[in-house]
Amino acid sequence: MLLGRGRFVSDLTRPGLLHAAFVRSPHAHARIERLTTDPARQAPGVAAVLTAASLGDPYLLAVLERDEFVPTRMPILAGDKVRFVGEPVAVVIADDAYRAEDAAELVEVDWDPQPAVASIEAATASEAPGLHEQAAGNRLVDLLMFDDDRLGDIFAQAAATVTATFRSARVAALPLEGRACLAEWDDRDDQLVMHVSTQIPHQVRSGVAQALGLPERAIRVIAPDVGGGFGLKCVVGREEVAVAAAALRLRRPVCWIEDRQENLTAAFHGHEQRYEVRAAFGPDGTILALDAEVDCDTGAYSAFPFTCAVEPLMACTELPGVYKVPAYRARGRAIATNKAPTAPYRGVSRPQLVLVMERLMEKGAEALGLDPLNVRRRNLINAHEFPYTGVNGITYDEGSYRESLDRAEKYVTEHDWPAERDRLRAAGHRAGIGYACFSERNSLGTPIMSQRRMRMTPGYDTAMVRMDPTGEVIVTTGTCGHGQGHETTFAQIVADRLGVHPDQVRLRQGDTDLASYGWGTWGSRSVVIGGGAAGRAADIVAGQLRQVAASVLEVSPADVELAEGTARVRGDADAAVPIGELARLVHFQAHRLTEDLRYGLEARATFDPPGTFSNACHAAMVVIDPGTCAIRLHRYLVVEDCGVVINPMVVDGQVRGGVTQGVAAALLERVCFDPEGQPVSATLMDYLAPTATELCAVDIVHLQTPSGVGDTGAKGMGEGGTIGAPAAVLGAINDALSDTEARFDHIPVLPPDVSAVLNQAVLNQAVLTQAMLNGQDAR
Amino acid sequence: MTDTHPITVKVNGRDHTLVVEARRTLADMLRHDLGYTGTHLGCEHGICGACTVILDDAPVRACLVFGVQADGAQVRTVEGLAAGEQLTDLQQSFSDHHALQCGFCTPGFLMLAEAYLAETETEARTLTQDQARELIASNLCRCTGYQGLIEAVLATAHARGAPKDTM
Repeated sequence: MLLGRGRFVSDLTRPGLLHAAFVRSPHAHARIERLTTDPARQAPGVAAVLTAASLGDPYLLAVLERDEFVPTRMPILAGDKVRFVGEPVAVVIADDAYRAEDAAELVEVDWDPQPAVASIEAATASEAPGLHEQAAGNRLVDLLMFDDDRLGDIFAQAAATVTATFRSARVAALPLEGRACLAEWDDRDDQLVMHVSTQIPHQVRSGVAQALGLPERAIRVIAPDVGGGFGLKCVVGREEVAVAAAALRLRRPVCWIEDRQENLTAAFHGHEQRYEVRAAFGPDGTILALDAEVDCDTGAYSAFPFTCAVEPLMACTELPGVYKVPAYRARGRAIATNKAPTAPYRGVSRPQLVLVMERLMEKGAEALGLDPLNVRRRNLINAHEFPYTGVNGITYDEGSYRESLDRAEKYVTEHDWPAERDRLRAAGHRAGIGYACFSERNSLGTPIMSQRRMRMTPGYDTAMVRMDPTGEVIVTTGTCGHGQGHETTFAQIVADRLGVHPDQVRLRQGDTDLASYGWGTWGSRSVVIGGGAAGRAADIVAGQLRQVAASVLEVSPADVELAEGTARVRGDADAAVPIGELARLVHFQAHRLTEDLRYGLEARATFDPPGTFSNACHAAMVVIDPGTCAIRLHRYLVVEDCGVVINPMVVDGQVRGGVTQGVAAALLERVCFDPEGQPVSATLMDYLAPTATELCAVDIVHLQTPSGVGDTGAKGMGEGGTIGAPAAVLGAINDALSDTEARFDHIPVLPPDVSAVLNQAVLNQAVLTQAMLNGQDAR
Repeated sequence: MTDTHPITVKVNGRDHTLVVEARRTLADMLRHDLGYTGTHLGCEHGICGACTVILDDAPVRACLVFGVQADGAQVRTVEGLAAGEQLTDLQQSFSDHHALQCGFCTPGFLMLAEAYLAETETEARTLTQDQARELIASNLCRCTGYQGLIEAVLATAHARGAPKDTM
C-alpha cells in the first residue's frame, strides 16, 4: 500500500477489457414508456447495450421468513418502473470508460413521471402513492416486537414521563473507493470470475447465482484490496449482477468502477430513522417502562441478503441497551420511499438507539432535577448482575458498564474539562460536555441470527490452517478484511498457538474458492468468529505438530511445547526439534512416520458463537462559536472494553475511525433530497465528509473484561466508535445550550439549527424583559 | 472527432511519449496509459485528494489536470517515492503511526506530505500539531480519523528538520 502496489479492482487490467456505464433514472418515480437503445448501440466502441428486456428481467430477492415482511424484487435493471433517482435502466458496454459514458447519453427513455414520496411522513400519509403493489402503506416490514400489558398502569403512576421524537438523517458510508467490479468468463475453468470491491464475496456469489440462474460453483468471487466498506459493501449491488451478466453474454472481461456521484445517489444509504418514544421514571430516576415506535426510511428496495428489516429489527431488539428496562413495548417499521435503498451502514440503528436512550436519561434527570450521570448509574446493568437477561430477551455477557462511565467521568475531571468549559463560557463561548454509555453486541452466530428469520442466515465462519514444507503457515478464512488489519491479528492468533513467528503466517481471504462458505466482514465479527475458527484450526495443527515431534523425540505429545519456532520437551533444554524440520518431515519424508502422522499438517475448523458484548463510555466536549454558531469538536474520550486486546494499534485505529464517522453523523453529514425525491447532495461539495480540521485528538482508555465466547477473550469492536459518538456529541451540544430552553433530539445538528434556537432565545428574553417592564406576569 | 495530442512526460524520472485524448485526465493517463495505478481516484471532482501527485514540485489533484497539461512536465507518483523495497522515512512513519487502514487514500496523503516537506525543508522542524492537522485537512480519509496521519507527518517533519550531524 505504501509503495503504491495495492491492487484494487480498478487497478486490474485485462486484454480487451470492456467498461460498463449505467443509464440511470432522472426521476424519483416514473413509468418507462419506451426505451430506445439503437443510437447508443451504434456509437463508437460500443459492444452492447443491455436492458431488463434483453437480460430477461433478472432480479435480487432478499427474504425474511415472517408474515410481517413483504418481499419485493430488486430488478437488476428496472423494466417497467423506476423508484428512485439513479435507478439503472440500461447498461452500455464499450471498449473505453469515456466512450461508454458518451454512449449512455444516447439511450433515449420516454418517462411517465409519477408522484413520489421522499420522507417517512409522505410515504405513510393516507392516499400516499405506493412504490410496490404488495406493500400497503409503503410498509415493507411492520413488527410489534415487544409488548407489555402493564405499560398503561406504569405510565399512569410514574413520577415523570418523558415523551419525545428523535430523528437521524440519511447518511452515506462513503468509502474512499466506491463500488467496483470486474467480471470475466474463464473458458478453461468453465467459470465466471468476478473481482468485486465487497465485504461479502460468498454472498455476492450467491446473489449472482440466484439472479442469473447459475450453480454457485460456476462463479468465483474475489475481493482484492477493498478501499473501505463500512456496510455499503456488505450487500450485493445490482450493478455487480449486471456486469456479471454482460461478461457472460459477451464472453469478454467487463468492469464497472462507480463514480462518486453514483456512489452518493445510486448506491445504498443508511441511518434515516424516526423514534417516537415514551419513558416512565420513578422519583429516584429509575426507568420503569419504555414504549417506542421506530420508523426507518429504507428507500425503494430491500437490499440483498440482509433485507430492509435489518434496521427496524436491530432498533427494537437493542433499544434498552445497557439499561435495565423492566417493561417494554417496541414496534418497528421499514418504510419504502422513492430514494436509494439502504444497507447496514456501520453501527446499524445503534448510533440512533444509543442517542435515544442517552437523551432519555438526560431528559428524565432534567424532569426530576437529578444528575444525568447518576440517573445513568441507577439504570446501568451492574457488574454483579452479569449474565443479565433483559426485557428484550437478550443475555448480556460480562462488561464494564458502570466502570467505564466512572472512569470516563474521572478522566474528564482530572483533565480539567469542566474547568475549561467554564473558562470558555466566561470568555463568551458556548461550551458543553456530553456522555454516552453503550454496548456493542457483536459476533453473532446462527443461534442468534436465526431469530431474524432471514432466508440466508449468516453467522458461522470457517478457517483452514495449513503448514507448508518450510514451516510457513497459510490461513484461509471466509471473513474478508478491508483495512481492519486482519492479516496482523489473525497471524498473531495462529502464530501464538503454533509457536512460530507471526511473520511466518500468511492470511488468505476474500476468495470464494478458499472456503466452502463464509460470511465476510461486518458486524464486528471477524476477529471473534473468523479468528476463533482460525484459532481452533491452529490448535488442531499444533496437536499434529506435537505428535510428530513426540515421535521424533520419543516422548509423550503432552510433554512437547511449541515456542520460538521449536518443538521442545518441557524441562529438557536439549530435546528439541525445529518446527520447520517437522514440516519438512511430514511433507517430504512421510514414509518415515507412522501412518497416523503422515501427510497432513492442516486442519479446518468452524466457529458459530452466540455473540458477545463489548462496551464503552464516550465523552465529548464541543465549543459553539457565538457568532457563526459553528460547532467545533474540542475534546474526545473513549473508555472502551473489547475484552482482550489482541493488537492495540488496530483497536485504536478502529475506535478513532469509528468516532470520526459518528461525529460526522452528529455534526456534518446528511444526504438531502427535495420533496420530489431529487438528491441535492450529489458531490462532496454538498455532502460534507469530515476532514482533519473538523476533528480533535481522541484519547482512548482500555478496560479489559475478557469474553467467555471463544478462546481469545476478545470481543468485536469495529462499530463502537460510530455507535457512541452521536449521542456524546449531541449531549455536549445540549449542555452548551443548557442556559437556554433549547434542546436538540436530532442529528446532524447544523449551525442554522443552533442560530435558530439562539435567536429564539434572544426573542424570548426580549419579550420577557418587555413584559417585566410593563409590570405584567411574564408567564 | 477525437482530439488527440502527442505528449512527452517524465514520470518518476522515466520519459514517456504517448498520444492522449484532450479530455483524458492526468489521473487516467497515469493509471491506465502508463500503468501507475498507485494513484487512486476517490471522487474525480477535486475534493478527496486521493489522486494527489507532484507535478513539477507542486502537489496537484490528478483528476483536475488533463494529461495534455503534463506535456513536458515532471510527475512524481507514489511509485516514485521509495528506492526499491526500502521505504522512505515518510512511508515508514505512516506504517509506524498506523496512518493507514484500507490504504486507498494513502498515496494521496503521501504525495501531499512529501511535497509539503520538500518545500519547507528545515522549517518543518517547528511544524505544530495544528499546522499538521491543517495540512492533512487537504485530503479525505474515511478509516483512520486522521490522528495517525497527523502524527506520522509530524514525526517525519521533525526528523527531517532536525539539525544534521556535521561529524
